[in-house]
Amino acid sequence: MKTKRAWFAFPYMIWMALFVVIPIVIMLVYSLTVDTETAAGTALEASFENYTGMALYMSVFGRSFWLALIATIICLLIGYPVAYLMSREGPGFQRLAMALIMLPMWMNFLLRTYSWMAILENNGLLNQLFQKLGVIALYNRLTGSNIDHFQMIRTSGAVVLGMVYNYLPFMILPIYTVLTKLDVRLIEAAQDLGANSVTVFRRVILPLSVSGIVSGVTMVFVPSVSTFAISRLLGGGTQMMLGDLIENQFLGGAYNPHLGAAISMVMMVIVVICMLVMNHFGDGEGEAVML
Amino acid sequence: MSKELIRLKDVSMTFDDGVTVLHDINIYFNDKEFLTLLGPSGCGKTTMLRIIGGFQTPSSGDVIFDGVRINDVPPYRRQVNTVFQKYALFPHLNVYENVAFGLRIPREGTDSNGKKEKVKLSREEIDARVREMLEVVSLKGFEHRSIASLSGGQQQRVAIARALVNRPKVLLLDEPLGALDMRLRKDMQQELKRIQQQMGITFINVTHDQEEALAMSDTVVVMNEGVIQQIGTPEDIYNEPKNAFVADFIGESNIVDGIMREDRVVEIFNRRFACLDGGFGKDEPVDVVIRPEDVDIVSEAEGQLKGAVTSVTFKGVHYDTIVDFYGFKWLIQTTDYCPVGSHIGIKIDPDGFHVMKKSKYSGMFGDYSSYSEEYDEINDPTLLEAEEEGNDDED
Repeated sequence: MKTKRAWFAFPYMIWMALFVVIPIVIMLVYSLTVDTETAAGTALEASFENYTGMALYMSVFGRSFWLALIATIICLLIGYPVAYLMSREGPGFQRLAMALIMLPMWMNFLLRTYSWMAILENNGLLNQLFQKLGVIALYNRLTGSNIDHFQMIRTSGAVVLGMVYNYLPFMILPIYTVLTKLDVRLIEAAQDLGANSVTVFRRVILPLSVSGIVSGVTMVFVPSVSTFAISRLLGGGTQMMLGDLIENQFLGGAYNPHLGAAISMVMMVIVVICMLVMNHFGDGEGEAVML
Repeated sequence: MSKELIRLKDVSMTFDDGVTVLHDINIYFNDKEFLTLLGPSGCGKTTMLRIIGGFQTPSSGDVIFDGVRINDVPPYRRQVNTVFQKYALFPHLNVYENVAFGLRIPREGTDSNGKKEKVKLSREEIDARVREMLEVVSLKGFEHRSIASLSGGQQQRVAIARALVNRPKVLLLDEPLGALDMRLRKDMQQELKRIQQQMGITFINVTHDQEEALAMSDTVVVMNEGVIQQIGTPEDIYNEPKNAFVADFIGESNIVDGIMREDRVVEIFNRRFACLDGGFGKDEPVDVVIRPEDVDIVSEAEGQLKGAVTSVTFKGVHYDTIVDFYGFKWLIQTTDYCPVGSHIGIKIDPDGFHVMKKSKYSGMFGDYSSYSEEYDEINDPTLLEAEEEGNDDED
């Protein structure tokens, strides 16, 4: 039976081969070569130059992983309680909460991020509101400074905000799924054995929701590390991240696909290592998500 | 027997959806006894157990533990531990850690000056108690096994050890043997009884299996529709059922309408029989129970009653023989083979009759006209399972 049905997987395997495996091989080849001028035109020449020259971009690597890490932690701190409270409520509330969480996702990702620009800009909605409420005047009086707006856009904070806003549902959903599947009898059993609600959470609920946390962290961290739209729109060019750097090598002014491929490869390897470490804590259930 | 430990006083339970599952329950549980709450799905037995465990607060009435009202005491402060239906073992912990779970939680106690403080057991003490308990349930050497790698019977033992290691005064068991196969269930019945005697504490067991209840218990409490039908020793419950429901639920019973003509004389099918019961009004209508094994088959001429055999089923030890007496079908268990269609007579000794007062259950049970269907139901495990699932939701 098993072998007979194996061909069901062929379309997917062909898809994966064409659009995942072959591109990675091409990237690997690109990253290990440079263009050289010969009499016949440009040719590829094997070289480690792309990797050795990458030290220049250490700060971009550092910022990308740092901001993605902060965004992931914030998502976890916000998302876990939300998922937990949702899972404890009745089915009506759960459906409503789920609809509210999914609602922003029905809008285009770029549109959402542009909206945040309008909110965070120097003369954007939020600064206008602060002016009207006298918050800025109060701030000037208290600190003795003289500003007419808070600098919110073009800061790392704005980038983290954008990531949290866009990726929070991906943290909530897997944790929520795990928590709703948790057997209520286990909680009762723990209470029966003398555990108060804090102990029940610490010794039973939290350990049993690790697989959801691992999935959530993976699904927030990976797109956060490689994002380029959020950092460009909300960071305004001051917060260059790996995504921007790579895009710049392929489509932008710094045109150098070989370097772009090398940076992509390094990023991929680091992300895979991060995920392997994460999976080590989570029974390996997050592995499926990673792939 | 010994002193009273738990008492439920006028306990009623109505759920949010308006369904009342317990009606004015009054019952007490003695120290060191093995008591079984027995009844069909939805009779309120599990709810009663959950009220004692602290997982549900009764709508009205009091729960008294050792003389103190404990209605509002949360489960984690009660000297009661539970073996849950399907065990509810912690899947992220191994056998040892499951058993040690309760011991690792600091308890409220008082220090030498009488001040309240959290008492934590030492690692050595925890280890000693876990190992001792694993030995009691015959699971020595399984300490580091994962829960998923255990069989149903082994999981059952871990659940018992996990509860007993906390040295509760009462162990509550919610359908503890329901998920085990027949052979294992029989073994575990003996095992549970042994453990109860060894630990010397009260066991309150919930089951719908009357055989299990009779085999294990000191006291059986038969429940139906949220009302206690009868409390007594297994022998009392079987030999002296209080009403048609109990008679039908415990074992097999032929229940017929009768009239108590005078003390020790009962009339069924317009014939008078000698019996051992008395204390009824003259000519009082009654329900009469005749157990299938108390009927002797004789020749038609010798018989007190005469009928025709309509079905015979070989059961190993005996034949289940259905006999039609004047349109009422009886189940008779006999080692004599009587072919279908043969005309026979029966004899019943005076101690074969048990006379009961009329109740709301009169006329509902004890006729074997639909016998074969009933048997199919009993023998179909999927039906029983489905019934149980339904019960879970209800409770």
